[in-house]
Amino acid sequence: MSHEDTLNPEVMPNEPEKATLEGKNKFIGLWFFLGGETVLFASLFGTYLALKNSTNNGPDTQELYGLGLVFLMTMILLTSSLTSVYAMYHMKNNDYKKMQLWLAITAVLGLGFLACELYEFAHYITEYGFTFRSSAFGSAFYTLVGFHGGHVIFGLCWLISLMIRNAKRGLNLYNAPKFNSFSLYWHFIDVVWVFIFTVVYLMGKVG
Amino acid sequence: MSTTATQKRSIGAVLWDYMTTIDHKKIAHLYLIGGGFFFILGGLEAVVIRIQLIKPDNDFISAGLYNQMITMHGTTMIFLAAMPIILALMNAVLPLQIGARDVAFPFLNSLGFWLFMFGGILLNCSWFLGGAPDGGWTSYASFALTSPGHGIDFYVMGLQIAGAGTLMGGINFLVTVINMRAPGMTYMRMPLFTWASFITSVLILFAFPALTVALFLLMFDRMFGSAFFDVTMGGNSVIWQHLFWIFGHPEVYILILPVFGLFSDLFSTFSKKRLFGYTAMVFATMLIAFLGFMVWAHHMFTVGLGPVANSIFAIGTMAIAVPTGIKIFNWLLTMWGGNIKITAAMLWALGFIPSFTIGGMTGVMLGSAVADYQYHDTYFVVAHFHYVIVGGTVFGVFAGLHYWWPKMFGRILHEGLGKWTFWLFFIGFHLTFFIQHFLGLMGMPRRYWVFLEGQELDLGNWISTMGAFLMSVGVIMFLINVIITIKSPKAPADPWDGRTLEWAISSPPKFYNFKQLPLIRGLDPLWIEKTEGNGKIPPAEPLDDVHMPNNTFLPFLMSLGFFVAGFGFIYQTDHKLMLLPLYIGMAFALGCMAVRSFKDDLGYYIKKEDLEREAD
Amino acid sequence: MKGAIGKIKIAFLFAATALFLAGCGKENLTALVPKGSSAQKSMDLIILTTVVMTLVFIVVMILFVVVLARYRRKKGQEDYIPEQVEGNKTLEIVWTVIPIILVLIMAVPTVVYTFELADDSKAKDHINISVKGNQYWWHFDYTDDKLQTSQDLYIPTGEKVFIHLLSNDVTHSFWVPSIAGKMDVNPENENTMYLEAHEEGVYWGKCAEFCGPSHSLMDFKVIAVSPDKYKQWVKDMKEMDPKEKPETTVAQEGQKLFEEKSCIACHAIGPSPVAVGPNLTDFGNRTKYAGILEPTKENLVNWIVDPEKEKPGNKMTGKYPNVSKEEAGKIAEYLMQIKPSSVTPETAGK
Repeated sequence: MSHEDTLNPEVMPNEPEKATLEGKNKFIGLWFFLGGETVLFASLFGTYLALKNSTNNGPDTQELYGLGLVFLMTMILLTSSLTSVYAMYHMKNNDYKKMQLWLAITAVLGLGFLACELYEFAHYITEYGFTFRSSAFGSAFYTLVGFHGGHVIFGLCWLISLMIRNAKRGLNLYNAPKFNSFSLYWHFIDVVWVFIFTVVYLMGKVG
Repeated sequence: MSTTATQKRSIGAVLWDYMTTIDHKKIAHLYLIGGGFFFILGGLEAVVIRIQLIKPDNDFISAGLYNQMITMHGTTMIFLAAMPIILALMNAVLPLQIGARDVAFPFLNSLGFWLFMFGGILLNCSWFLGGAPDGGWTSYASFALTSPGHGIDFYVMGLQIAGAGTLMGGINFLVTVINMRAPGMTYMRMPLFTWASFITSVLILFAFPALTVALFLLMFDRMFGSAFFDVTMGGNSVIWQHLFWIFGHPEVYILILPVFGLFSDLFSTFSKKRLFGYTAMVFATMLIAFLGFMVWAHHMFTVGLGPVANSIFAIGTMAIAVPTGIKIFNWLLTMWGGNIKITAAMLWALGFIPSFTIGGMTGVMLGSAVADYQYHDTYFVVAHFHYVIVGGTVFGVFAGLHYWWPKMFGRILHEGLGKWTFWLFFIGFHLTFFIQHFLGLMGMPRRYWVFLEGQELDLGNWISTMGAFLMSVGVIMFLINVIITIKSPKAPADPWDGRTLEWAISSPPKFYNFKQLPLIRGLDPLWIEKTEGNGKIPPAEPLDDVHMPNNTFLPFLMSLGFFVAGFGFIYQTDHKLMLLPLYIGMAFALGCMAVRSFKDDLGYYIKKEDLEREAD
Repeated sequence: MKGAIGKIKIAFLFAATALFLAGCGKENLTALVPKGSSAQKSMDLIILTTVVMTLVFIVVMILFVVVLARYRRKKGQEDYIPEQVEGNKTLEIVWTVIPIILVLIMAVPTVVYTFELADDSKAKDHINISVKGNQYWWHFDYTDDKLQTSQDLYIPTGEKVFIHLLSNDVTHSFWVPSIAGKMDVNPENENTMYLEAHEEGVYWGKCAEFCGPSHSLMDFKVIAVSPDKYKQWVKDMKEMDPKEKPETTVAQEGQKLFEEKSCIACHAIGPSPVAVGPNLTDFGNRTKYAGILEPTKENLVNWIVDPEKEKPGNKMTGKYPNVSKEEAGKIAEYLMQIKPSSVTPETAGK
């Protein structure tokens, strides 16, 4: 009995991502990791809330934020979460090709989100002179939203690596947990964005 | 891959084995060596501090160097000595106590160690590169922003790297306990050391990210010109205090809970009685951990948060005394009616009871906000936390080392020498720190480079310094013990007539721990087999091939990458050229991650036939 | 009887240290002999919590000693296996409920006093002084009377004096142990507390938040005098003439040098809205020079010639042209005779 045999069974079980001990470990491990990340973002939110009115004579939240673009970004990211759900559905049904397809769409949407965010930042910097260094509010804003964007970038690198590495391999009990871990992470990033949208942009517009 | 036959291996082979190991038992050795080294370093820093304070207006070292000493003493002892040695014990013992062959993520385990090591080395490089950090171990933002030189930058990068390692360790043990307990090992049958390590891992998981954020913000302010703590740009230095203490308070419970668990195992074993009030002990540990997240602002009573905040945090702080008291009484009742054997390990545990109780007392006293207006930032606080950390964590570490040395290294530390060590250290400890309670109330603030003449603080400081010398002798004695033990006879599997699973296998265990996963029949599984069975733990599965992970050099390399990048981050404010090590280091580390992801590593199997040939 | 020896040794240590501390520390510095109403409240809670926790400690230690005395393994008893007791619900309840009650006993007065000490609603009916913390000195601005000074803070006895704390650089902490607990001096927000001294005296003040190399050299004094003397002091300080020519020629030369060497650029004598360095209005009466040096001419000369030696990292170093020892002597002579008031630390019973 070899490794290869155990990981590539004739009939893939239901929930292939939890069928091995490694899979179970990765599943719980990632949930715990997300717990730690929650505290990380909570700290950043706390810092942002404390400093968002320290504008140092620069623009404040009400004049700065463009809700239209941000709403578009939210829709893109939420959709990308949905597409990752489709991808996992196909994975659990052992349909590798469809999983790859929906993951690819997820990646494209993620890239779209990033493009919008970069445009948003560029807009703030050139139109308002609102930078990371211009005030405590600026530092807090770019750090919070930037950390989230950094997580998106890391997630995309992760996703693309997974897709390239496993393109020729098909689905098995070795890589199923990896795809599942990614999708959990991606959902988390989406949830964080919902909080950012609410606490930073919506509450900022209302003042 | 290490073989099962004993053979002399070259130094080079042993070194390479340790640099690439993912075996939790060897990682435990590494953590112990690393942590032990930094403990000595931290101890030397303490002795220098006490020499400077042996008399008023002393000029043994300059004010600047003194501030570096106190900063590094605290930072080293907490992050680079206490935590790693606790992780050493957790690594050495936890998988054995639950009947597992390794932790859930062996690669991550190794990575956690090397990140700690490189982070600690990076931090201490500062001594040779223009000065160590000098803002206190708490590095409050207002001073830390403007401290000249790169000292604080080393603090930021060193702790960020080392802290990442600790966080990984926390997640690892959580998943291990949840998923990898042997059949029959339900949660309520786990030894208290495992329970405590489990709960501590939850604390690590939720506390360290707050520190991560705090360090990032300080890094951004110092290196990239942001304005988080800069008052002139609208920043607020109290944010640092909040973030630091949201980490910092759970951190001290991270330091103490594992040794609480160890003491439960010790009192039980050396009284030949099961732990009194097991369920209450488990829940008390959980309650301490939970409450530990609710009290951080008792470090900030004098900041001016207002009476409502101060009152809430005062009450929460005093409330933690309740579950802690429950534990002390349960330990005493465990010994009540027992057959108490005072080995060196037990002596440390006994010394802990009065010492930690005093520390706990002063903790409650500090929790009374208005009283704290006098105590805060004085030697009273220094006395309190040394009573709980030394009287708790350090005593626990010595106890744990005596107790588990056979399991970790296959030999028993010399008992007589161990008892001498205890008495010297114990007496020195009380001499050093008891008087500091009074020094504080008599008007001596913390972090004072000199105390001036004519303030009646002379005698107390002198006594305190004498105690420090005594403690040093005790530590030296322990080191001698370690060295002479190398030649002592091999230890049996169960030198203490133990009750828990780790004593059912050889000392040290085979590299795969258990030939067959054990079947657990109740709490204190080995005791049950001794009293109701044949003294051997029954297997839970037939003999079969055992799946083991491969050694790998990647964790070392990855940590090296971050180490180099750390230098880049620190110095890129001086020369743009230093962006090179920054980018190269980061790219290298991320490259190692990619290699790890792309290269399949499925481990290997020990064949059933080979296992059959092994002695039991 | 190792356990008992341990207890005896601890008891000895306690007794020995208690003996040393019979003096409880230096008068007017120690918090253990409160001379102000806030310090008294802190002391009340210190005593309450100490008594309660000591009772707990005694209970623990009695159990501990009894356990060790009775159940330590005796010869020939190696194999005795005691009864394996799972626990006792009643005991668990007892040692949960009693500590909760003890916590309540300590918590209620704590909360009451916390709110009392934070109450600054009546501040405007009292004297208000603005305190500014600096690396490494203290600035005192008597806003109602429009006068400033530094290092020695004069207040009247028997009434609440509200101080408003703000830092000009990093975080410090204002601590006068005999009179009140401490309060941080932050750069981003003002903190308010009050001092209420019972009796006249010179009370030691210390910086209690790490602020740099000379953190331990930032002492100040609170000089409490009777309300009449305080009024006199305020009057004298306001009426002093900053330009008044001193009597001796040496001091007059010193006064000239004070301007030539640009001391006057940072150090005001008399009321001044700006304070880059300490205000020197009543310098001749100061209890200490630079907060820590005995008020002798030699110390002052050394300080002026090379301040870095006395206070590493201080902000005066290098801000003015070289001053020779001779020149410093003249400046010292000038400064030491600036005594605008008859109300001095000596009159407060130094």
